[in-house]
Amino acid sequence: MTAPNHRRRRFKNALMQVFTCVCAVLVTLPLFLVFFYLLKSGIGAVNGHFFTQLPAPPGETGGGMANAIVGTFELLGLAALVGVPVGVLGGVFLSEYGHSRLNWWVRFAADVLNGVPSIIWGMVVYGLIVRHGLGLNLFGAQVGLIDRGYSAWAGGLVLGLMMIPLIMRTSEEVLRLVPNGYREAALALGIAQWRTVVQIVVRTALKGIITGILLALARVAGETAPLIFTAFGNQFWNRSLADPIAALPLQIYYYAIGPYEDWHRQAWAGALVLLLLITVINVSVRVLTRDRFSQRHS
Amino acid sequence: MPFTSNRTPAVPTPASAATPAAPATASPALTIRNLTVSFGTNKVLKGVSLDIAARAVTAIIGPSGCGKSTFLRALNRLHELVPEARMEGDIRLFGEDIYGAAVEPVVVRRRVGMVFQKSNPFPTMSIADNVTVGLRLNGLRNRTLLAERTEQSLRMAALWDEVKDRLNAPAISLSGGQQQRLCIARALAVKPEVLLMDEPASALDPLATAKIEDLILELKRDFTIVIVTHNMQQAARISDLTAFFYLGELIEYNTTTKIFTNPAKKQTEDYVTGRFG
Repeated sequence: MTAPNHRRRRFKNALMQVFTCVCAVLVTLPLFLVFFYLLKSGIGAVNGHFFTQLPAPPGETGGGMANAIVGTFELLGLAALVGVPVGVLGGVFLSEYGHSRLNWWVRFAADVLNGVPSIIWGMVVYGLIVRHGLGLNLFGAQVGLIDRGYSAWAGGLVLGLMMIPLIMRTSEEVLRLVPNGYREAALALGIAQWRTVVQIVVRTALKGIITGILLALARVAGETAPLIFTAFGNQFWNRSLADPIAALPLQIYYYAIGPYEDWHRQAWAGALVLLLLITVINVSVRVLTRDRFSQRHS
Repeated sequence: MPFTSNRTPAVPTPASAATPAAPATASPALTIRNLTVSFGTNKVLKGVSLDIAARAVTAIIGPSGCGKSTFLRALNRLHELVPEARMEGDIRLFGEDIYGAAVEPVVVRRRVGMVFQKSNPFPTMSIADNVTVGLRLNGLRNRTLLAERTEQSLRMAALWDEVKDRLNAPAISLSGGQQQRLCIARALAVKPEVLLMDEPASALDPLATAKIEDLILELKRDFTIVIVTHNMQQAARISDLTAFFYLGELIEYNTTTKIFTNPAKKQTEDYVTGRFG
């Protein structure tokens, strides 16, 4: 019982399968290329000094990126301070409260913001805050929040602003996945709505929310353009968050376009360390989500 | 089809408008008068009036979409979660208007608990934490009191012996029937006066169903129980009173024996004998 063109169809099927498989494998190829190239070019300069010393003065060899590594973590911390509360609470509003029309506009705005190029974020924060500072006029008394000029505050703020729409959307998605039965069960026990939201709904979706936060951090950890306008970079330790601060991507950028052979080597090493940092975040996300999966099915 | 001719009477059926033809109870737990609930333009309940007897099991039967679940949810104001829901009429819990201007839904729901069709223990919590969640999230901190109430509620739900050695195990590690009894224990822990059950055994196997039914018979000594069920035999086995709903109206309400052996209305007879629905 074979159709007349059976053999031809089988051949076409096999051909297309091989073709799609090759395309799928091609997706992973750039990842390996990036990893191996960075390993090859950067591993030579990754040593104890790299993690513990300040950059050497121009023309001298040696030194490291200790300040940039610490600076990146400081900036991510400041960014989380801005992005996590606003993003998570915004996601809670979209999922648990809110009217459909307002929600539509907020979602639309978040999606547009997710597509705004990072250099534009940098320019806007530069124009609004780095040039003028950020202050409040409270009953005639001027209260300065962020002084004018390049600073860690401005750098953290721009990364935090970029994180808000990312975290808001992922938080909303995972909160919506919480079955309505849990909300009803809690309310039917006479538990107030805000407690239901915090203790039942958010708690049930907590792993998903943390996953979203980590992915947003991984996304902004490598941003360079907005930091050029805000954090600016620093060859020394940052003594105050009101001063310019070094960050790995900035240091990589300055070293890579610099004239010295040793700088180039260090730039590669910095790129390798940055990639490893982002990979570690992504792997923790994997571990978190795998855990959630097994718990749901146990 | 005699039923269709009965369905559209020229005048509204007196049963739904006037005092229910139900067996008089000394002091009913709930008195419902002219209850109308609509979602947007869709009228789901049309002027339902009946008394729910205290410390008895009242079964609500009727085909899908007849308003049974909406009726149940109106009794603890859970239907208000749907923004476009509108309610008219009067519901009194032991004489108190539960829709009074100063009455908070949260307080009503503490007095009128609910168990759902799909068991829904909180997945982030242990067995013990699930039982006491209603108390803890309403501010009760005393550990000895919480432990007491855990055992008491689990015993009432006939689950204590099965879980007493693993109170700190995750609630979702229990079997389906156990999870449903855990949900009953959780509802009992806040000491409600009325327990609403929305098809509590429809997702369970016959053995687990039998356990839930035994439990309901046990619980009616202390609680007023209103149960929605699609299972005629179940209604006949466990309830004292049965109300038959059709298309948002209360068609007949009487003792379960009467409804199942000698119903007054043709529609009721057709439904309980399985001729339609």
